[in-house]
Amino acid sequence: MKHGMRRHLARFLTVPHWILCAMVVVLLAGAGGVMPQAARAEQPLRWAADASADVPYTFHDLNDQSRLTGFEYDLMQSLGEHIHIPLQFVQNDWDGLIPGLQRGLYEMVICGIEITPEHAEGIDFSAPYYVTSERIVVRRNGPALSGLEALNGHVVGTIKATQAERILANHPQVQVRTYDEETNVFMDLVNGRTDAVLIDGPIAQYYGATNPDLQVVGEPIGTVSYGIAFAKGKSAALREQVNTALEAMKKDGSLHRILTRWNLWTPQMARWSEDVSAPAIEPTSWNDYVAALHGASGWHAKLVRYASFVPLLAKGAVLTLLVSLCAMVLAVGLGLTLALLRLYGPAPLATLSSFYVEVVRGTPLLIQILLIFYGLPQCGLNLTPFVAGVLALGLNYAAYEAENYRAGLQSVARGQMEAALALNMTHVQALRYVVVPQAFRLVMPVMTNDFISLLKDSSLVSVITLTELTQTYIRLSSTYFDYFGTGLMVGGAYLLLGLPFVRLARMAEKKLSQPHIRRR
Amino acid sequence: MLDAQDIHKSFGDGAILGGVSLQVRKGELVSIIGPSGCGKSTFLRCLNFLEIPDRGIINALGVTIARDGGPWRRADEQMAHRLRTHVGMVFQSFNLFPHLNVLDNVLLAPRIVKGGTSPSERDEAMVLLEKVGLGRVAQRYPVSLSGGQQQRAAIARALAMRPEIMLYDEPTSALDPIVAEEVLGVMRTLDDEGMTQIVVTHDMRFAQVASDTIVYMDGGHIIESGPPETLCVNPADDRTRRFLRTVL
Repeated sequence: MKHGMRRHLARFLTVPHWILCAMVVVLLAGAGGVMPQAARAEQPLRWAADASADVPYTFHDLNDQSRLTGFEYDLMQSLGEHIHIPLQFVQNDWDGLIPGLQRGLYEMVICGIEITPEHAEGIDFSAPYYVTSERIVVRRNGPALSGLEALNGHVVGTIKATQAERILANHPQVQVRTYDEETNVFMDLVNGRTDAVLIDGPIAQYYGATNPDLQVVGEPIGTVSYGIAFAKGKSAALREQVNTALEAMKKDGSLHRILTRWNLWTPQMARWSEDVSAPAIEPTSWNDYVAALHGASGWHAKLVRYASFVPLLAKGAVLTLLVSLCAMVLAVGLGLTLALLRLYGPAPLATLSSFYVEVVRGTPLLIQILLIFYGLPQCGLNLTPFVAGVLALGLNYAAYEAENYRAGLQSVARGQMEAALALNMTHVQALRYVVVPQAFRLVMPVMTNDFISLLKDSSLVSVITLTELTQTYIRLSSTYFDYFGTGLMVGGAYLLLGLPFVRLARMAEKKLSQPHIRRR
Repeated sequence: MLDAQDIHKSFGDGAILGGVSLQVRKGELVSIIGPSGCGKSTFLRCLNFLEIPDRGIINALGVTIARDGGPWRRADEQMAHRLRTHVGMVFQSFNLFPHLNVLDNVLLAPRIVKGGTSPSERDEAMVLLEKVGLGRVAQRYPVSLSGGQQQRAAIARALAMRPEIMLYDEPTSALDPIVAEEVLGVMRTLDDEGMTQIVVTHDMRFAQVASDTIVYMDGGHIIESGPPETLCVNPADDRTRRFLRTVL
């Protein structure tokens, strides 16, 4: 409570500064002739990060999962005040952050992205807002490896596609192991699967230094600069505006204050920003984080924490269920159409149908999801994440359902069709009233199977910004370093989602199959 | 009533029918007999276009469909559909719809083809089921019926479309003689009521007793035909004589 008040006060104190800066920005913007930006002022500027576990950049407050926090989050709030445009946060998976930028889902990405020539080929960067180094983290009771040379011959973990990975690549004697998630890097270090971790300073501090089993050792290595990312070649005016604001934040001390609160103001930052002042600010945010991290020990605290997960898991479960149900409806409809076309349609359509099945079945679902969400906009078709997710899953499962139904239709005796035709039904009527109903009863158990499988495959839609059950699990488990308890909870949630359908299908099967369990 | 002229049909390289012609008068009961593989079932199935003849003309109930070896077109299918309006068919393996109970089996086609369902249709269906002796099992599913009951249900199902001609493709071959008698009894009743019926059968006793005309087929041709008294007692052709000797 006390901390919260102080933080509030600190923000309040910066008000006169940002009014000044905003005026400067407006003047500059006007002088630069970028009036279209002014028209956008009513529309919030959207920025994205992967807040699933990105301590200390942008993440969910440990004490209140519904609240976002982090030094980059605070920085963006301050930036918004400086450029006088309301900002809106968009959650996206790490792998989807840059594609989403190109797609125009948001205008900026800030997520500890290193400014490197390779990255600059795909995106435009703002001026750096933070400068740091790589640090070595080891187990306290493990081998003492205090320098880069000492890592030779050891297994060292780091995040993939980072400066640290490139440094390690230059030391062929080091066995490098790369990860997607920071938590996993440190989990393996604690568990002894790796001997050391080489990683960006802020991560080393928040994940390594806060763990009683680990310690940060040696001198900082190399230099890493973080920049805000913009869509390549599309945002020159906005970039200019942001750069001006960042410069202002450096000058007026707001950047310094934010970083100090997060205990991330380093001698390196002082040198880089030529700001040697030492404002009398407590590292309140850092203290909050450490307190929250160590606060919840003991089974009672754990139970309280788990109870607080329930609403989040429920929210994820609802989305999982909704996506799965809609996708299954699509899959059943399209699958049946494909199967009927293949069996009874005119030759070109039958060929097309089997071609569809082969192509869709033969390519990974993940690629299809990414293609539909990020690829189609290049052809002018911009779908919302939910629609894209349902579409991708539905189109994919339709291929499997089609084959399923084809088998079912073919196993309905030929005489059934003939009897229907002889009764003066048309082919279509015969299919609709005689053949298809029988085929459906036959494929019911397989369909149940497919639906359960779809329920679980729906976790893949987390790559297109949908926070469903699995994504919620990743977020919670990696925020609290608790894979086991949270994992059991999420596993239970999936089971609970699937069970009613298994039951329902079994009931339907029983009811439907009794008259014709013996087939001729 | 029904006039089939010079019907040809082959599957792949094998010619099944080599020019079969048959005239059937109203109210006549025609039995087609012959050794297995002689083409009699194929011929019967050509009569309502479940099998599409390669060549030949079929004229029934004012619908004429001529085939000259060309492709089967949409318009042809529409004509065949019209023809089937008044032609019922009963199969060797009954082919009842297993997902529907007996009454719904009878009601399905009238509902779909004629559209809508009136209470009177239901009553008529029950009358038909009573007629074939199945009034008590109307709510049961086909799988729980005996073979004889199933075949009688199939006849009731065909009758529900008010056909003027009934085709039977070996209706009693899957039944033992006692059960078969139930089915044949129904067919005799229909004959008495003036139904035109064409029956492909192995049951010589039925053919002899119930038919107006017996047609003997062999090798995709009609060898001879005539009333049972003539054909069975004094056949003109050697092949007929040999066949009758083995089955009688």
